[in-house]
Amino acid sequence: MAETIAVVDYGMGNLRSVAKALSHVAPKTNVQVTSDANKIVAADRIVFPGQGAARDCMKHLKHYELHDVVSEAFRNKPFLGICMGLQVLFEHSAENAGVECLGLVKGSVSGFKRDLNKPDYKIPHMGWNTVQQTASHPLWHNIADNAHFYFVHSYYVCPEDQHWIAGSTEYLNTFTSVVARDNVFATQFHPEKSSDDGLQLLHNFTQWKLT
Amino acid sequence: MTLAKRLIPCLDVDAGRVVKGVNFVDIVDAGDPVEAARRYGDAGADELTFLDITASNDNRDTIIDVVEAVAAEVFIPLTVGGGIRSVADIRRLLNAGADKVGINTAAVTNPQLVKEASEHFGNQCIVVAIDAKSVDTPEGEPQRFEIFTHGGRKPTGLDAVAWAVKMAELGAGELLLTSMDRDGTKIGFNLPLTRAVASAVDIPVIASGGVGNLQHLCDGITEGGADAVLAASIFHFGEYTIGEAKSAMRDAGIEVRL
Repeated sequence: MAETIAVVDYGMGNLRSVAKALSHVAPKTNVQVTSDANKIVAADRIVFPGQGAARDCMKHLKHYELHDVVSEAFRNKPFLGICMGLQVLFEHSAENAGVECLGLVKGSVSGFKRDLNKPDYKIPHMGWNTVQQTASHPLWHNIADNAHFYFVHSYYVCPEDQHWIAGSTEYLNTFTSVVARDNVFATQFHPEKSSDDGLQLLHNFTQWKLT
Repeated sequence: MTLAKRLIPCLDVDAGRVVKGVNFVDIVDAGDPVEAARRYGDAGADELTFLDITASNDNRDTIIDVVEAVAAEVFIPLTVGGGIRSVADIRRLLNAGADKVGINTAAVTNPQLVKEASEHFGNQCIVVAIDAKSVDTPEGEPQRFEIFTHGGRKPTGLDAVAWAVKMAELGAGELLLTSMDRDGTKIGFNLPLTRAVASAVDIPVIASGGVGNLQHLCDGITEGGADAVLAASIFHFGEYTIGEAKSAMRDAGIEVRL
């Protein structure tokens, strides 16, 4: 039986690129874009993407009744969060005047603040920036330290427990661009838009064996 | 290390085919948008822009097929512009796999489209294209730049800098600023225009129009203050490669993704 990867579809943005990129790096894998809780529970691996605002993300997760299955998958199988799929794992986001999130990782989500002394640092942080690999991880396999990845975001995560941090990026300040622990890896950047290094990361995810 | 300045090749697409030539060694079908896009992606382009120049309404949907085909194989951000009139047009392109859409004339005739679109889809995917030229001003008065539509032929009376600020306020996530008085001239961007717009807004500005050599690309960033540079012909006709352009930018002290 081919492995299945469920890309969680909760109505937050177009998931075609994520699904296509996964199929591209793992042609034999059955990639399903789905909002069906049963399929998510049955899948071997979970990709939890998302774009848009935190409040809408949480509202949609509740609307699709996927809150519990996503939380369950977060605890027991290879789990890749992308962009908002990283941010809503935290307890609280400052976006939209404050939003309660899934609370699976202790910490909060803060917004970049314009610095008048640094007019070139525009918000959103959009484009290619480097990621320093602050912890070794199977998903960094064959990816150079400080490789460039594609970002589009105005908010960033602040984990309370530093052990969660697996990658960091400089923009206005140093922020956590990747968190990882046990079966979870989540990126602020978009691997599906990050050319070869992004595809390598997705490939590594499809090969990731939990120990 | 910080955010890299972006280099964006632009491809004109007419009825689903790349036009105006793409010159890669051993390219099988220069008119195939997927192959052209893949070549640019492999060469290190930071993003791709497709400009749909299809004139006939009958062939309007071909761009959707192009976007679907390219997005399935090329994994860098993709912007699509040309002929976008409504939120429905934008939705179709985003669903097909575009990451951003470029709104041009429609923003001039219906500025509310920019607001509506950014509220629907987020400002990160709304690029407003501004075509502007320097206009003569009486001696002693500051330089002025005006918006033109219809390929640079039709003046609008709109001041380019004020317009750029208004577009940013309405929710544009990025501006694609074309120096219409330089387009096709190969003498470089209109740098005073680029600088005036880039310093007036908080959102990224992509400079376009007039690139004839690699120095022009660098100037757009170092002199013009642009966050990204877009060019078509210097890459399509094989005068320069993406790699050469990136190296020239790096040598000019610009942070790039190599």
